Amino acid sequence: MSILVYTEVSKGKIKKASLEAVNYAANIAAKTGATAIALVINAGDVSLDDLGKAGANKVLHFNSNSVNTSDSQVITRVINHAVESEGAQMVIFSNDLTAKAVAPRLAARMKAGYVPGAVDNPNTEGGFTVNKNVFSGKAIATYQVNTAKKVISLLPNSFQVKTDGAVVAATNFDVPVELLASKIKVKEIKRESNELSLPEAELVVSAGRGMKGPENWGMIEDLAKQLGAATACSRPVSDIGWRPHHEHVGQTGIAIRPNLYIAVGISGAIQHLAGVNGSKTIVVINKDPEAPFFKAADYGIVGDAFEVVPKLIEAVKKFKASQN
Amino acid sequence: MKILVCISKAPDTTAKIAFKDNNTIFDENNVQYIVNPYDEWYALVRALELKETLGGNVTTVSVGGADMEAIIRKAFAIGADDGVRIDAEPTDTYFVAEQIAAYAKQGGFDIILAGKETINYNGSSLGGMLAELLDLPYVSMATKLDVVGSTATVECDIDGGTEVIECDFPLVISAAKGMAEARIPNMRGIMAARTKALNVIPAIAADKLTEVKSYALAQGRTTCKMIDAENAGSLIEMLHNEAKVI
Repeated sequence: MSILVYTEVSKGKIKKASLEAVNYAANIAAKTGATAIALVINAGDVSLDDLGKAGANKVLHFNSNSVNTSDSQVITRVINHAVESEGAQMVIFSNDLTAKAVAPRLAARMKAGYVPGAVDNPNTEGGFTVNKNVFSGKAIATYQVNTAKKVISLLPNSFQVKTDGAVVAATNFDVPVELLASKIKVKEIKRESNELSLPEAELVVSAGRGMKGPENWGMIEDLAKQLGAATACSRPVSDIGWRPHHEHVGQTGIAIRPNLYIAVGISGAIQHLAGVNGSKTIVVINKDPEAPFFKAADYGIVGDAFEVVPKLIEAVKKFKASQN
Repeated sequence: MKILVCISKAPDTTAKIAFKDNNTIFDENNVQYIVNPYDEWYALVRALELKETLGGNVTTVSVGGADMEAIIRKAFAIGADDGVRIDAEPTDTYFVAEQIAAYAKQGGFDIILAGKETINYNGSSLGGMLAELLDLPYVSMATKLDVVGSTATVECDIDGGTEVIECDFPLVISAAKGMAEARIPNMRGIMAARTKALNVIPAIAADKLTEVKSYALAQGRTTCKMIDAENAGSLIEMLHNEAKVI
């Protein structure tokens, strides 16, 4: 048996979330005597050594000028071709934006049971079950997959990355040209190159209405920059246009689970908590000692953001200087 | 232009989440159901806006029991022309996608819209499965949708940015925040909702590929360590030495 992992390149290297997926597949492969195969499309000059180090037994590279990577239908056909040619019974994704478009398509094509956003390793004793967050992070459900073929996507930043595996040379992978026919035309791609990807960020600084206006976000951005963190915001702030929609975390925004989530001037409505309560460590800064968010936090500071945040920026600078 | 909007019910966002029967079933006691926000605020409202400017028809489709009808009437009140309920328990997304695909195949729809996910199961799966079963292009997490003639222009989120895509009808789109603003039904809409056609059709035979065996509530945090605002900087040391996150 083999397990296929769909991996992606971003900013000159294999994405960390992809390496988490490779490691996850390698763990299942080791238990079941299977082969973990990583597939990557158009990696260019990027080194694929990390895939082997993360546990891949085999690396397939599909390099083509004629593949439309913005078309989920095409990517699905490419992955399915690899599934068929390698005899894969399971496909692992990181549950990022590509997976949200492609993984359910592929699952339907393979008629494989699909679990989106798995948060732990599967239990394979007497069947196959795996946990995922439901009710926007308020609960966890144990899903049983009833089919021999399976597609699993992993919640980013939930798994370790191994680096001690053996480097394997990539094999060129070819796909029949008729599988690449695309009905989607890309007119424009707008990348915010300096921004960290929020779903993948390990550290996040988030702020809400307590900031009083968009003009006051400088210190939030500065704190995030000093920490190497991504920025996020609460729903009211994105609704009134102080911050872009893609920064909105919460039940109707995106759900994240960074190692550190710092919430400034966010009261902690249940809908907001739903999007962040998987974070490893939560820090809440609010001038209202009764803010419900303190009940869901690991560290709390009752105080005015305009006084506390500059102190934190100074402390981070000092901390960084002491580390060098 | 014919638009199909997939709508599902979800517990109100403030609902207390609890389980019963040895944590195997969601406890619906005192739970108020709403139209899943992504299906209503973004997919349905944008479909109605397109219909109002370009003409056409908006149909909603749902898979569920009779308890689904209140949310179909809500969609009518907002402005949907007609609604279909496929009579089956929606316990597996693939099963639901098979049901909707079988209906959609006969409908000749130009655009099929769904919310990007439900707020109860957070799967983001229906649109993609539906597109595959119908062999149609699929644009997920769309934040803008415009139509000229029989071509859709869609803006969607991608890793680290956004992308603008063009695609001819028919296609499947999942709607995310930004595509439209929530609408409050007016009195005329609410009155009209009572008389619009709600068609109930039987389910087709289809497999359920996954099932939920049990639920558990997410673990809360036990204690919050308070730090004096005057001494806020000490937080950074704690994050490094205690929490070990920086």
